[in-house]
Amino acid sequence: MDAQHANTYLIEPPRTQMLNRLWEFQRAKQYISDADIITLAKDYNISEIEIEGIVSFYHFFHRKPAGKYTIYLNNSMTSHMKGFNRILEAFERETAAKAGSTDPTGTFGLFLTPCIGLSDQEPAALINFYPFTNLNTLKVRNIITQLKKGVPLEEIYDKPKKNILFTTEDKASIFFSEFKSGSAISSLVALQPDGVINALRETRLSGRGGAFYPTWMKWQAAADEKATPKVVVCNADEGEPGTFKDRVLLHDVPETVIEGMIVCAYAVGASFGLIYLRAEYTWLQNRIEKALQRYRDKGLLGKSCGGITNFNFDIRLQLGAGSYVCGEETALLESAEGKRGEPRTRWFYPVQKGYLNLPTVVNNVETFSAVTRIVELGVDCFRSYGIEKSPGTKIISVSGDCKYPGIYEIEWGMTLGELLDKCGAEDPHYIQESGPSGTVLTLDEQDVPFAMFAEFFSQHIRCGGALTIFNKNRDILDILLNYADFYKKESCGICTPCRAGNYFIERKLERLKNGLANHEDIEELKQWSIIMRHTSRCGLGKTATNSLINTIEKFEEYFDGMIQQDKSALNVGFDMEAAIRDYEEFKN
Amino acid sequence: MAKRVNITIDGRNILAEEGRNLVEVASENGFFIPSLCYFETIDPPLGTCRTCTCRINGKFSPACTEKVREGLTIEVNAPDLKDMRKALVEMMFAEGNHICPSCEKSGNCDLQHMGYELGIAISRFPHLFKDRLIDYDAKRMIMEHNRCIKCMRCVVEIKNDDGKNVFSYQNRGNETYVGIDYKEEKKLTREQAVHAMNICPTGAIIVRGESYGMPFGFRKFDKKSTRPDYGTPVKNNNKRNGKPAKKTIATVSLAGCFGCHMSLLDIDTELLDLVELISFHKSPLTDIKEFSKRCDVGIVEGSVCNDENVETLRAFREHCDLLVAVGECAIWGGLPSMRNSIPLGECMEEAYLNCVTSEEGNTIIPYHKDLPKMLDRVYESREIVKIDYFIPGCPPDAQHIWKAVKNLLWDENYSILYSEFKYD
Repeated sequence: MDAQHANTYLIEPPRTQMLNRLWEFQRAKQYISDADIITLAKDYNISEIEIEGIVSFYHFFHRKPAGKYTIYLNNSMTSHMKGFNRILEAFERETAAKAGSTDPTGTFGLFLTPCIGLSDQEPAALINFYPFTNLNTLKVRNIITQLKKGVPLEEIYDKPKKNILFTTEDKASIFFSEFKSGSAISSLVALQPDGVINALRETRLSGRGGAFYPTWMKWQAAADEKATPKVVVCNADEGEPGTFKDRVLLHDVPETVIEGMIVCAYAVGASFGLIYLRAEYTWLQNRIEKALQRYRDKGLLGKSCGGITNFNFDIRLQLGAGSYVCGEETALLESAEGKRGEPRTRWFYPVQKGYLNLPTVVNNVETFSAVTRIVELGVDCFRSYGIEKSPGTKIISVSGDCKYPGIYEIEWGMTLGELLDKCGAEDPHYIQESGPSGTVLTLDEQDVPFAMFAEFFSQHIRCGGALTIFNKNRDILDILLNYADFYKKESCGICTPCRAGNYFIERKLERLKNGLANHEDIEELKQWSIIMRHTSRCGLGKTATNSLINTIEKFEEYFDGMIQQDKSALNVGFDMEAAIRDYEEFKN
Repeated sequence: MAKRVNITIDGRNILAEEGRNLVEVASENGFFIPSLCYFETIDPPLGTCRTCTCRINGKFSPACTEKVREGLTIEVNAPDLKDMRKALVEMMFAEGNHICPSCEKSGNCDLQHMGYELGIAISRFPHLFKDRLIDYDAKRMIMEHNRCIKCMRCVVEIKNDDGKNVFSYQNRGNETYVGIDYKEEKKLTREQAVHAMNICPTGAIIVRGESYGMPFGFRKFDKKSTRPDYGTPVKNNNKRNGKPAKKTIATVSLAGCFGCHMSLLDIDTELLDLVELISFHKSPLTDIKEFSKRCDVGIVEGSVCNDENVETLRAFREHCDLLVAVGECAIWGGLPSMRNSIPLGECMEEAYLNCVTSEEGNTIIPYHKDLPKMLDRVYESREIVKIDYFIPGCPPDAQHIWKAVKNLLWDENYSILYSEFKYD
């Protein structure tokens, strides 16, 4: 339906339907069969191995039956903190399926998946992509019993709580206040494209996905491109563990996101829009599609958007299929084109050659939402929040060891300590900002403000949207091992430092865990991390070791306690007993 | 003709054609930048192996994905960059299972070549020994996944006459491999198939009938470096006062074939001079079994595969001032480590019970308290004790061994010739 609307303004080649076709097959029988692969290869006239390559890239596609009810239990750190092991056991017991497989009857399939964007309501799982939150063993038993009785999922799933807990000191909110559709579009003609870009410049809006690239510069570059048609892409592939702000925006105020895309299309002269929604948020798909339809019905999308002559623009929603790296903009574009989500080189930038090689603006959900509010409320209103160099507010998803996990819309300039107070942080010790690829903070940095840009080169926290709090009882090495495993599996696998590097890092951390490491191992961990940071192809590999580097720098005593202290030791840590265990067992 | 622009490489001004690939321009001007995924005809460049990482206008970036433009400033030979590029090649050696002595591509292998040029004796990374398949199911070729470095060359370059891709990446993360399409592969012409084998920078793609009967390729990387500055001879200005003090050497072969010991003796008549200056203590050459004095240098051949090897190696560490790992087995496991991706039980069953010479019901897996206990996998020597020096080769060149040992004993300056540095 919606693809047809959007295709009025851009004829997409059939191949772009690849993920949707695969989803059809996957949903129909919970897996993709050999026959399906042959069909697709014929339809798109490409080799079967290429289709196999796409299927095996995304972890929600299966080549073996994945159960009538496919359960995805989150195995990210926040889930572990709230009792992941217990819940996994409960699921295994109740369904008779072992993690990574189905039960003998094929009714239940049980799989693990990284962060599903519900860190404030962990432990959480998706069953056939319906969310189930705040799980405990009893609840798991009830769910499975109900499903065995044939109760439909629609009747028993949990509607995730909004959990908007704080919106600026005067309870005003930029993002979550009431919004009337079309109120930003109505000021477009008066502003003209230049006026829109200028407003973004004056508000210093920058990429809220975490890269903080100035939005106006991106839009200006796209506006300057001669090639047409142009494309606007909304990156709703919120995969950074611990982040769930886009989930709440898309649920509560999807109109502001859609309208932001329309504003962008107007400013850069685009005629085609695409929302790339992560499959973990399938439960939001309907809501967004409905909002799009309301926009079409009101004449705010489609031919002469908002009554502006010669401004034709429509949006299509593309569902992902389980891949963290697709949050990287060029990987996202590849994925939307129906390919493996492998990040591109910087031979061209998306604004030059993006989606289908057309000039493309890719922005985050929150960025588009902010754009709408800037146009609606005006530059001055936006600037009245925050601080000089970082005007406005920022949405932060808080989770982990705190009393009130949820969404906090803070003004830029708030300090870490203030936010920790507000969320009722419990004995915070190891504070992860912007997820595993962000920075590790300690209580020593309580007075450091959140900001996009430093005021007078002072320290600041450039938070992309997540704050995960760990208390003193959490084992730091467990956290790092969880991250390493995550990156090892989520790397797209085509560049050496990221594919192999994350593997080496994990091996080294295991050595540390087994008590075999010495000070040289710590030094090597640091050096290898830096090599990965400088040589990886995309942001994934470049940032995968951020937390590790921070931890080594900021938690020196922690490591001192677990390594062999004799610096001149000529024998290397080696566990003979473990090494001959296989042999001893085998001979019996 | 394209516009010519000014760029700076390591402080030198260079006039180059605008829009050309930086790797090529640098190489034409005598700057050696290692590269593996880069291939002249593939456009846009792949940027997957990252071994050409330089500092471009102050930012780390691979040279192959950079177009020459006015004012470009490139740093190539800064120490941190050299180390980084070396590390990336080392990663590939540690990630795959690269056993040069048994590889058809040895001598023609781009990966091996880069290892030689960069003087990689050992990978700083732990070998992963991931279990990888050798795919014999394709009609025309054999895919040796142990050797694939996932450079993407074949993925984008090899198409059959229907225009369909024959190779494609499968899975992701550490499970990524390059899959081959059996149906499409059948349709390749002989020329297309051989082209696939030739553009592969390692020996991962082998075409049946084109490599086994007759060796293929010309061992083009064996003799001479492509770098003008490789292994510049060092003048020996370390004047000795009279005859140097006599030194003691101990040697051992752990899980090895004694080939490295054979190589040790390969310096022929020079050995007579050397015997004047050194004496062998515990060694298969003297048949001395136990250490009774301290030694200056211990030479270790072979990998560590049982508990006795561990004890021996530790004794060497205890009694020798310096330890030298000689040969691929001692360095990273070598041929014995081929068992590392297979569970120990399966290995023993295959070796003692299911092998062709065993008689049913008549063979057992030997076990006695006096027999050494097999380890779960083969270990590198440096996983057990600190090793001071590594000499690659299977076996290493005799000159290489003695140059290194003399340097360790008497601080003699030396330079290893390109032709003396080998993995096979």
